Amino acid sequence: MKNQEAPQGEALREKVLAGYPAKLAKKRAPQLVVNHTHADGQVPPVKANVRTTPGIITQRGCCYAGCKGVVLGPTRDIVNLVHGPIGCSFYAWLTRRNQTRPPTAQDENFMTYCFSTDMQDENIVFGGEKKLRAAVQEAYDLFHPKAIGIFSTCPVGLIGDDVHAVAKEMKEKLGINIFGFSCEGYKGVSQSAGHHIANNQLFKHVIGLDDQAPEGKFKITMLGEYNIGGDAFVLEELLARCGFTLVATLSGNSTINQFERAHTADLNVVMCHRSINYVADMIEKKYGVPWFKVNFIGAKSTAKSLRKMAAFFDDAELAARVEQVIAEELAKVEAVAARIKPRCTGKTAMLFVGGSRAHHYQDLFAEIGMKTIAAGYEFAHRDDYEGRRVLSSITVDADSRNIEELEVEKDPKRYRKILSDEKRQKLASVNFEFNDYQGMMPQMDDETLVIDDINEQDTQRLLELCKPDIFCAGIKEKYSVQKHGIPCKQLHSYDYGGPYAGFQGAINFYQEIDRLINTRIWSFIEPPWEVAASPTLEATYERG
Amino acid sequence: MALLRHTNQPAVERQALTINPAKTCQPVGALYAALGVHNCLPHSHGSQGCCSYHRSVLTRHYKEPVMAATSSFTEGSSVFGGQSNLLAAIENIFTLYAPDIIAVHTTCLSETIGDDIPQIAAKAQNEGKIPAGKFVIHANTPSYVGSHVTGFANMTKSLVSYFAEKGPAKLRTVNVVPGWVEPADMREIKRIAALMGVEIILFPDTSDVLDAPQIGKHEFYPRGGVTVQALRKTGSSQATIALGPTASGSAALELEKKCEVEATMLELPIGLRATDAFIDALRRIAGVEVPQALKDERGRLMDVITDMHQYFYGKRVALWGDPDQLVSLAGFLADVDMQPVYTVTGTPGRAFEERLTRVLAGRVPGVRMRQGAQADMFLLHQWIKEQAVDLLVGNTYGKYIARDENIPLVRHGFPILDRVGHAYFPSVGYLGGIRMLEKILQALQDKQDRDCPEEAVELVM
Repeated sequence: MKNQEAPQGEALREKVLAGYPAKLAKKRAPQLVVNHTHADGQVPPVKANVRTTPGIITQRGCCYAGCKGVVLGPTRDIVNLVHGPIGCSFYAWLTRRNQTRPPTAQDENFMTYCFSTDMQDENIVFGGEKKLRAAVQEAYDLFHPKAIGIFSTCPVGLIGDDVHAVAKEMKEKLGINIFGFSCEGYKGVSQSAGHHIANNQLFKHVIGLDDQAPEGKFKITMLGEYNIGGDAFVLEELLARCGFTLVATLSGNSTINQFERAHTADLNVVMCHRSINYVADMIEKKYGVPWFKVNFIGAKSTAKSLRKMAAFFDDAELAARVEQVIAEELAKVEAVAARIKPRCTGKTAMLFVGGSRAHHYQDLFAEIGMKTIAAGYEFAHRDDYEGRRVLSSITVDADSRNIEELEVEKDPKRYRKILSDEKRQKLASVNFEFNDYQGMMPQMDDETLVIDDINEQDTQRLLELCKPDIFCAGIKEKYSVQKHGIPCKQLHSYDYGGPYAGFQGAINFYQEIDRLINTRIWSFIEPPWEVAASPTLEATYERG
Repeated sequence: MALLRHTNQPAVERQALTINPAKTCQPVGALYAALGVHNCLPHSHGSQGCCSYHRSVLTRHYKEPVMAATSSFTEGSSVFGGQSNLLAAIENIFTLYAPDIIAVHTTCLSETIGDDIPQIAAKAQNEGKIPAGKFVIHANTPSYVGSHVTGFANMTKSLVSYFAEKGPAKLRTVNVVPGWVEPADMREIKRIAALMGVEIILFPDTSDVLDAPQIGKHEFYPRGGVTVQALRKTGSSQATIALGPTASGSAALELEKKCEVEATMLELPIGLRATDAFIDALRRIAGVEVPQALKDERGRLMDVITDMHQYFYGKRVALWGDPDQLVSLAGFLADVDMQPVYTVTGTPGRAFEERLTRVLAGRVPGVRMRQGAQADMFLLHQWIKEQAVDLLVGNTYGKYIARDENIPLVRHGFPILDRVGHAYFPSVGYLGGIRMLEKILQALQDKQDRDCPEEAVELVM
């Protein structure tokens, strides 16, 4: 089945582009790049975070999906009220499978609920603010939540409903925190705009409201972890075992109070660079909390991240505990990897998903001997491909200009100088990097193919040309991939499996990939009578 | 612990807030209907997210590829109108995906802007963007009117408006508009008609589209779906049978208006008597006898009902979903002496309550029913908290109520995100009736086996 003659590098790129008529091919070409890492770490530029051409069957969703679904979705004690026709709220209802674990039966959890103003035509014609105000009041009367978030859908922006004015008015009236999001679906070019709008509002209206840090040493906040399939539970347990104190997670398994005190940590670690790196920057600027990138997907990356965090706090006891945990966990991981690696070595993977997962999951595949031959993001920016070194050279186009960039200043009272100059210098001397992200491409092999905003057309051509052993994408791609007889692993929903983070997650993932790749089920697709070696007909029924 | 821990207050009237809706918005219905046309690519004229969400929910429901394109609106298109996006989309779609038809549906965004789809399509035609013999059709599906069922009805009606032609002579065919049912149901309707020797044109028809076999090859346009040729002929058919007035009524009426093909409005053939009505209508319109094979199927359904009556009798049931499904289901449950006490649908329209009241015919004391915006699953749950039920029948979103209240759930309707079977096994017709009863019995009897005192466990039931 496997295509030994599969084209590679530029030949593959050209064959994929050949699927387009000339005009579209020209437009698409800068988004398809053959990887090559120069000695200085530089990689070729990828055109990213640009509009999807109308009519193209894209993976992408909208701004609202990024705001309501991704960033605010995993927080359990905010009533997330969607202002718009019913569909937007309906589709974001539990489908991202962020898990949450309220400590007691009394703790609030609104994640199983779907709230909407269910706008009707009269609201479109005469305005929907009155209905929104009434809906906020009804939500308050029924549930008395700590906070209410209001999410704007496409028509809201067009008819001019001011969700922020309603939020402000109702906040004053009800005495709870109420904030709005101008996350109309048409803003930006993908979900990424919605992440930004969500995070900006959290930064303006929530983060910093509670200066009371939780008890404990080595306080960190984890940014860009969304608790798909229980990833956050694994990481919470792991961090606690190592001796870190988790102040907050944005936003897996979180509460609004975690957000309110997020700035009290001494270190921010960033998981998904795409969705949240600017929050890390803003918190650092305003409150002085330094940040660096971590990756808890993959056993080696997890160990490396934990060691870096321990090195930051520079505490012998912490470092010893971290080493002990790593040793214990790696022993378990390696036992499973030893069994699975021979079964997967040399197999090929393609990953087209998200804004960080297409990068992070390459580590897990590498750990069982698999090679990533093509990868790309659905909604990432150039820095996620090429590293933060290109930040200053990214041109801001009309679509990005509409997404607010907050002006942040040092908080005169609450800014803390967490790292002394002396310590910063000491860390710098051992190449300890802050505010870092190298991007996906420097880690990938030369001659692999990078494709931004992949679509159905590219996907089909890649599958036909390369016949990879596994393809990773999302729900919309899953079954068209599998109809080729190639397994597709969903990396948004994990196919309702997981967790895949941390050491236990690595074990789960190895086993899952082994199942997908080495099962015999795919070999049964062809019926026995159609196999070439099948004997010819030996007898016939008498025909009447 | 409870999953719906905040549902603990008496039901109060709400004016503005919908909680846990029993509906979604129009475009997904239009997209589903368009998938039931051969070589047709549905197109969402709006932001990318609409198309992404609709494809996702349909994919989760069917575990099949669901192809559809989008106009990918940006802030600019929202200000200046979506014409240039749609023109580009039409050109790109015909070049890249080569469909016979692009079926455009609108969204709340393009409706609020006021984009005129026929005008844009005409411009595309004039600019040579539509290849000869190919079509761009459309339905207006503003998300702030009606529900997903309205969207299905609107696109189905558009199939008539765009394609039905009144030919010089009447054909032998009978049109059947199946309503928003599963591919398996559409296949079953065709099987029943074939057994009766009646030539039908079924539209839309998602069988062999959303239940495509795994053959190691991806067919971008699976072999199923009603053809343009067949749609043209609907205008010369003997009659149209609309199954479920909410989803199918407007297409049938349009055929009557446009081509003088007489419309017969029936309830969806779910359950004994609704199936009887469908078969009787086909029999009368086509002038055929009901074949023995169908009489036997009916007899087998009757056998299940009479054999297992004690397990149905008096059981209280809560239902949610779409009007056409609910009316037939509730009628069927009442026919086997169950008590469909609570019914909600988010799809607005007073006719629903009248139809349901008619079909229940006073057989369910204390019945509660609601339709429209606040007729949601939160309200239904509050009713259940007031007085419990024995069984839930509805889509996957009922699983939280089922778990919290320990009430068995029979999945039916849209979407079913967590089980398979609905695409393959029908709920319409007599066989569908047997399947529904089997599922109901299984749910009720499994619960009895699990929860009853040890000494009461029955081996024989």
